[in-house]
Amino acid sequence: MKSAVVQLPGLNRDRDMIDALTKISGQAPVTVWQTETEIPDVDLIVIPGGFSYGDYLRCGAIAARMPVMQAIRDKAEKGVKVLGVCNGFQILVEAGLLPGALMRNTSLRFVSKEVMLEVVNADTHFTRTYEKGQLIRCPVAHHDGNYFVDDATLAALEDGNQVVFRYAAGTNPNGSLGDIAGVINAHGNVLGMMPHPENLIEAAHGGNDGRGIFASALEVIAA
Amino acid sequence: MIKARVTVTLKNGVLDPQGKAIEGALSSLGFEGVGHVRQGKVFDLELDGADKAKAESDLKAMCDKLLANTVIENYSIAID
Repeated sequence: MKSAVVQLPGLNRDRDMIDALTKISGQAPVTVWQTETEIPDVDLIVIPGGFSYGDYLRCGAIAARMPVMQAIRDKAEKGVKVLGVCNGFQILVEAGLLPGALMRNTSLRFVSKEVMLEVVNADTHFTRTYEKGQLIRCPVAHHDGNYFVDDATLAALEDGNQVVFRYAAGTNPNGSLGDIAGVINAHGNVLGMMPHPENLIEAAHGGNDGRGIFASALEVIAA
Repeated sequence: MIKARVTVTLKNGVLDPQGKAIEGALSSLGFEGVGHVRQGKVFDLELDGADKAKAESDLKAMCDKLLANTVIENYSIAID
């Protein structure tokens, strides 16, 4: 399956993402610059992590208004899978492709460590290689991962099984509502998550718990 | 030219860890009787033209599209 990685000034996890997608799918993703208005025919579009536009105004706010976002929105409406990791998640919520907002960590500190994630919904395009309730290791590195939604939206997310990942009990690094680490849209093709699965895909990373997300989305057998 | 000030504040019920930290710092500086502190943003804008009604509607669109995240923030517009 073909994939694309979106590049914007200030994103710095794009190379890790390109590396992960190349290793797992066997072919390098195409890269798409922020000013492009069309995205090639791919099965998965990934917005990687970093600090687009220096996190000015709000994390992801300016990136979410760049021309490429309309192209991503069009593709998402056609059912193409979209994954946003860390700043990519922040960009997806700012663009309105996912509900909620990502606010400053309650500790006010940048957190860079490994957490445990619970796979809450294993019946998505991105999580089929996992079991429901499975705990996986995953690194986090962010200053603004504190997920917030209003009560009505939270209830709708829970009812619709749209919470895909939660921080396992006692490991919430940012104060996010309901320990939410990742959410999917109602249609089930746009996933945003704060943790970095691309940084735990092979022995050299010290584990491969994150590999299944890409193997699932790219429909390849998990190694 | 029209000068305008847009003030963006967090909605009630949205946790503001930065405001909390400022609250604690004011208390540790010895300022007594400070209740809740909420942090917000102020934007000063200069707009061409003299049509205040148009400026107001443009500013509202700017707030809705970029300056505020209406999931978590409210905004107010003041035109000189």
